[in-house]
Amino acid sequence: MDLQSYLLLSATTFIIGVVGVISRRNAIIVFMSIELMLNSVNLTLVAFSAFMGDVTGQMIVFFSMTVAAAEAAVGLAIIISMFRNKQTVNLDDLNILKW
Amino acid sequence: MTIETFLFYFLGAISVGSALMMVTRRSPVIAALYLILNFFALGGLYLSLHAQFIAFIQILVYAGAIMVLFLFVIMLLNLGDEKKLQEKISYKKIIGAGLSFGVLMELIYVLGFSRATMPPSQFEKATEIGTVENIGMQLFTKFLFPFEVTSILLLAAIVGAVILAKKKLR
Repeated sequence: MDLQSYLLLSATTFIIGVVGVISRRNAIIVFMSIELMLNSVNLTLVAFSAFMGDVTGQMIVFFSMTVAAAEAAVGLAIIISMFRNKQTVNLDDLNILKW
Repeated sequence: MTIETFLFYFLGAISVGSALMMVTRRSPVIAALYLILNFFALGGLYLSLHAQFIAFIQILVYAGAIMVLFLFVIMLLNLGDEKKLQEKISYKKIIGAGLSFGVLMELIYVLGFSRATMPPSQFEKATEIGTVENIGMQLFTKFLFPFEVTSILLLAAIVGAVILAKKKLR
């Protein structure tokens, strides 16, 4: 397999994640779509790392996984406190910051 | 068809299919389970790229820790299915989906014509660079400073999560 195939696969999953963020209104599913986008970018980095014989791409994936773990912890805490205040996770019902 | 090509198409089909299912399911629990399937397929793809350590971490951290956290929160909030996938199809969402599809077409177009400009493949070297030994060596020499900064990030995340999820702020 060549590099382009992996990049195409990664682009496809990234766009699926983007469509999920745009079209879904459930906060948790939007959050999971963001994780999907993070993972597709990780696939790009690992593919470049393997095909260019350089370890840096895999190190960036390692750090991005750490950031994703921290992001998941904080994001889910935000969703819990949001649910506690408004009794909903529908993003259309959360509009106090909208003008 | 070599085993590598077969693995790529097999795991790639699982990955794209489970991603599509994840975005279109009504129930958050089923969506989370499809996302776990997607993470396993990605782990297999990392293995076929000879990135053993990253594949292992993918299964352990993503499919294990992070998704358990997601499922835990979904079940804690006791969310039911959404009534309908879409209450009303607004023009904003159609434009958004259309633009994302346009970006995908653009990426496919660019990647399809980029074969000549790609650097020469070093794939035979890939078996050596993805091992735990090599990753650990690089992590504690060249990438030592980012590694230490990561610990501060995790500390901040722990404190932030506890404060955000606390009953009452004072």
